[in-house]
Amino acid sequence: MLLHLVRRTAVLLASLAVSSALVFGFMVLLPGDPARVALGVNASEEAVGRLRTEFGLDRPIVEQYVSWVSGLLRLDLGRSYVSQVEIAPQILDRLQVTLWLVGCAMVLAVVVAVPVGTLMALHHRRVSGLVLSAVAQVGVAVPAFLAGILLITVFAVRLGWLPANGWTPPNEDPVQFLRQLVLPGLSLGLVQGAVLTRYVRSSVLDVQREDYIRTARAKGLGPFRALWRHGFRNAAIPVVTVLALQLSTLLIGAVVVERVFVIPGLGSLLLDQVSNRDLVFVQDIVMLLVLAVLLVNFVVDVLYVVIDPRLRVGRP
Amino acid sequence: MTAPLPEALDPREAAIAGQPPVRRRPGPSLVVGAAIVGLVVVLALVSFVWTPHDPTLVNAGARLRDVGDPEYWLGSDKFGRDVLSQILVGARTTLFVGVVAVGVAGLLGVPLGVVAAMAPRWLGEPLMRGMDLLLAFPALLLAIMFSAVYGGSTLVAMVAIGIATVPSFARLVRSGALQVLSSEYVLAARAAGRSAWGIGLKHVLPNVSSLVIVQASVAFAIAVLAEAALSFLGYGTPPPTPSWGRMLQESQELLFSAPRLAFVPGSAIALAVLGFNLLGDGLRDRYDPRLEDRR
Repeated sequence: MLLHLVRRTAVLLASLAVSSALVFGFMVLLPGDPARVALGVNASEEAVGRLRTEFGLDRPIVEQYVSWVSGLLRLDLGRSYVSQVEIAPQILDRLQVTLWLVGCAMVLAVVVAVPVGTLMALHHRRVSGLVLSAVAQVGVAVPAFLAGILLITVFAVRLGWLPANGWTPPNEDPVQFLRQLVLPGLSLGLVQGAVLTRYVRSSVLDVQREDYIRTARAKGLGPFRALWRHGFRNAAIPVVTVLALQLSTLLIGAVVVERVFVIPGLGSLLLDQVSNRDLVFVQDIVMLLVLAVLLVNFVVDVLYVVIDPRLRVGRP
Repeated sequence: MTAPLPEALDPREAAIAGQPPVRRRPGPSLVVGAAIVGLVVVLALVSFVWTPHDPTLVNAGARLRDVGDPEYWLGSDKFGRDVLSQILVGARTTLFVGVVAVGVAGLLGVPLGVVAAMAPRWLGEPLMRGMDLLLAFPALLLAIMFSAVYGGSTLVAMVAIGIATVPSFARLVRSGALQVLSSEYVLAARAAGRSAWGIGLKHVLPNVSSLVIVQASVAFAIAVLAEAALSFLGYGTPPPTPSWGRMLQESQELLFSAPRLAFVPGSAIALAVLGFNLLGDGLRDRYDPRLEDRR
């Protein structure tokens, strides 16, 4: 268990080092001077020079990288080249919004996928199972932003039940917050739920074929009880993996959904800074998103061992 | 003692071995998927020779025609451009992006996977770790990063989507190649003195090709989705070239008055993705009968 933890931590740290170098290298080594890009084509040489000195862009690349990474470690992301504001508080502010959205979508996805997927597996030779499979297949094909637009046309335009867009912080007006969270949460969550449903189904089907389930059924347990007592923990391993991998899809899906629903989250911030050509800001947000994905993968790798005690003895 | 039967037998061999022959008739997923993909291809081909109108022609006299208009069958947008013509040409854009993106992913991912399987540990292991790392950069994020530096264009979108899809090819091909490498005919080839190159090209590649085809179909669906999302955000295909994603984005401001402008390109995107997903599933069932029950 300890060895496993140490190995995983080493992998995480190495991945973080390499990906930070990649993100940094990508943004810095590419043609175009960030200061020139930030100020635009018409800026004077002096203005560009001043900005370069101010932000240390005239230092060697390695020094710039080290100062950026040490800034990240101290949670000091520096100032934007373009708007001169502190980056960290802005990101933190927007991150909260995105986390609400992604969290809501993830909960929804699990709440939909686990029962529906299990039902699909238990009924996989019946019409009901086939119909559910077909519905899930269509759900997988609908991108989140399209689901968002469809939900807006139905629930905001036709029925007028929910607001079409906007965002209210939960501490300001909890009711309005929930009303505005429903549609974006649904559009992100249902699509992910459809993807997850298919994995739950195949995972449960796999477990259903195992000897221990047959034994449990032979002992007289019903199909649901046998699955509940003996199958769920086994079926959970691949599902948890997929769920973790989906987090990156959800985070990036949130970028688009935030656009659809005009939500001031991290995704909107990223897109705004891309159009501002504020490369440092973009670099920080991208690094944060990558960090989030790597961290979740790490947690899942560690969780495996908690879910499946067999892994503790076997291969680390 | 009888040796365990290799999995995925040829039907004739299976019959000889006393097993019931494996059913190999195309499943419904394959038929429906191929039909939908075929339809998208036909739409794209038709657009080369015929569109009802010039898809980029702005016509102030024909703004916001409804679906079923005798002149504009699927209606017209706020600039009076014909929606059907845009959909037809948009199919071309979608397929073009998909082909190039999947091509990039396959050309990089397949050799990487084979090399990772055949190379010594010190090379194979870091290669696969690199692939794992690349998974932390989803297609859309890579494309947005590329666009931040190069500006949005179809080429940037295609390359970014392609690179982001490389790991899925590499991992799949590696695991397939490892299986092939442990087989007896590879052992025989080794014993006969065939070189590593020869084994890679003669045995590994042909035997993982079915995996690659299935993955290509699934990756195509992902590419279609990513292109639509990028164009929706304004980082994909630049105007005036019609793109389903951008049609959807342009429809958003008119959602209250003309939701049909969102439904038409939206359905096109969903249908294309569904088609490629089904085709991928169908091909997988066909090539790997062991999985038949699972889908």
